[in-house]
Amino acid sequence: MTSLPVDWLEKDRRKLRVDATALGDKIYEALTAACAIVVPALVIAIAIAVFAAAWPAFAKLGLSIITTSDWDVRGGHFGAAPALFGTLVSSAVALIIATPLAIGVAIFLSEFSPAWLRQPVGFLVDLLAAIPSVVYGLWGIFVLLPLLRDPVMPFLRDTLHLGATPFFSGPAYGPSMLAAGIILAIMALPYISAVSREVLMAVPRSQREAALALGATRWEMIRDAVIPYARSGIIGGIMLGLGRALGETMAVTMVIGNRAEISASLLAPGYTMASLIANEFSEATNDLHLSALMAVGAILFVITLIVNAVARWLVWSVARRRAQ
Amino acid sequence: MRALKLAALMLLAVACAKESANNSGTSSSTATSASSGGSVDLTGAGATFPYPIYSKWFSEYADLTGVKINYQSIGSGGGIRQLSEGTVDFGASDSPMSDEELANAKAGPILHFPTVLGAVVITYNVPGLSAPLNLTAKAIADIFSGRVTKWSDTRITSLNPGVTLPGTDILVVHRSDGSGTTYIFTDYLAAAVPAWATSVGKGKEVKWPVGLGAKGNEGVAGQVKQTPGAIGYVELAYAKQNNLPTAAIANKDGKRVLPSVTTVTAAAAGAAKALPANTDYRISIVNAPGADSYPISSFTWILVYQRQRDPVKGKKLVDFLNWALTKGEAEAASLDYAPLPSSMASSVKARLSTIDLSGAK
Repeated sequence: MTSLPVDWLEKDRRKLRVDATALGDKIYEALTAACAIVVPALVIAIAIAVFAAAWPAFAKLGLSIITTSDWDVRGGHFGAAPALFGTLVSSAVALIIATPLAIGVAIFLSEFSPAWLRQPVGFLVDLLAAIPSVVYGLWGIFVLLPLLRDPVMPFLRDTLHLGATPFFSGPAYGPSMLAAGIILAIMALPYISAVSREVLMAVPRSQREAALALGATRWEMIRDAVIPYARSGIIGGIMLGLGRALGETMAVTMVIGNRAEISASLLAPGYTMASLIANEFSEATNDLHLSALMAVGAILFVITLIVNAVARWLVWSVARRRAQ
Repeated sequence: MRALKLAALMLLAVACAKESANNSGTSSSTATSASSGGSVDLTGAGATFPYPIYSKWFSEYADLTGVKINYQSIGSGGGIRQLSEGTVDFGASDSPMSDEELANAKAGPILHFPTVLGAVVITYNVPGLSAPLNLTAKAIADIFSGRVTKWSDTRITSLNPGVTLPGTDILVVHRSDGSGTTYIFTDYLAAAVPAWATSVGKGKEVKWPVGLGAKGNEGVAGQVKQTPGAIGYVELAYAKQNNLPTAAIANKDGKRVLPSVTTVTAAAAGAAKALPANTDYRISIVNAPGADSYPISSFTWILVYQRQRDPVKGKKLVDFLNWALTKGEAEAASLDYAPLPSSMASSVKARLSTIDLSGAK
């Protein structure tokens, strides 16, 4: 009894350690698996809840929710075409404004900027993403809208004679599709520029050096060697920005003018699906009205799903083309 | 081993958090029961419009009696929904519940108790105008339906003799969000102008023929302030606190009346004369008779189930309403809410006794 073999103890201890590690691994695995299951399950549960709540409206109104443009709660007409139109147009305007700016910032920071400037400028651009949307809305009401009303809109319409086209015609009130597009552009910009900056910085040095060695100018190097290499990442960033623009609610509601009408003019007020829901949800008591708002939410859900799918496909196809 | 330790630590942390939550829970509830002798907290939800005066009442009442009332100002629609589902002890709304909504309530009949009065004012931005603009229901309906589009239109200038109005376009600004303010405003136009009743109608959100939608009183006021030629409608309390220009409106008796706490209470008194004794107070007082009555006025209501399932909570609720209709009314004017006329406050109080506190199912 007194001479318990030492190697036995050692062996037991080792076994114990192996067991403990295995147990730790199992716990860790279970925890991460739980996280991996819970999040997608949550998305599916939300989708089911939204579509279930929207079902009575879809059953009663069918496709007229997206094909008609008469939204009249009292009369029982729920046509959200102007809101659908507004969501797509305001997001498109936002991307048209934000994309060149954001990519410009990203190229400057990754290719031209002196090292001491890179950090602070990058930080300030990223900071745009941290500003609450209601603050953007207030800034929109008190700074952007007065500026648009006078001088920006009259300048676009009269001085540049863009008023001759249907896109910049009509009176300049301030609240408009253009105002919503500008606010959304500022909000989407940090997402696009942050992602673009990272992927541009990740382009290997050898890629740049090879282009320069072949006698390319700096601009040619960026255009022909750097951007093609980073293209799929940049597209991913743009889609992230688009996702932000499609779903944004508060700031847009505050500047878009909330008029359920389809107008070609960017100076005219419009409506978006997210603002429609935000405006009417809290006071909706009638069942069909509530369900119609849920249906609008469900359609928005589907649109963002499609945008994400398209983004995936774009990234994938660009990556594949490069590989060939 | 490290994972185990980590897990153990996490468990410990969770346990501690729970423990402290329990502790704070018990300590706070003992504190309230000490001060009030076993209080049951009440929860309510609904209209945002009376929230400032309600929260003042709730805090004073808590200081006085220890009864804590938690109120979520989520909008009248949300308040009605939550009360119908029975998830709150009382609801609050700026428009009376419809018969259909009443029928959908899960726990039986619901009573309406008017608490204070609100009013909607017409605010405008007409450069160079010093005296208040004069308007009639007909003129307002013409402007808000787009039939009158210039300030210099004779349908406006004839109401404002001796004032030169500009020949500029009128920009109509309305609420974009569903709101009791819109309900009161459109209720007034529908009551006073037959053509409005058949075209646009009344509701918390209507299909506006013209204009821009802005969110909230602050949105409408901001847009009107910034745009020369704009006209919009906001709550009286909001307009007073922000010194907005307000129009004088011709009432049912043909008198021009500016909105104020006094003229709004006068409207309730004018409407009260015509009330039957057994009224359920689901009444509109827009376009009320009386020389001093401001025509775009309305009650705001607290909604309570007639049969209270929990007699203790029910008693607290009745006691609070009794206090609010007595002491609370006196404080309304300081926050720019019009109090009920005193005769009406006492008949509403008398109606509190019809709440069934027996707890019978």
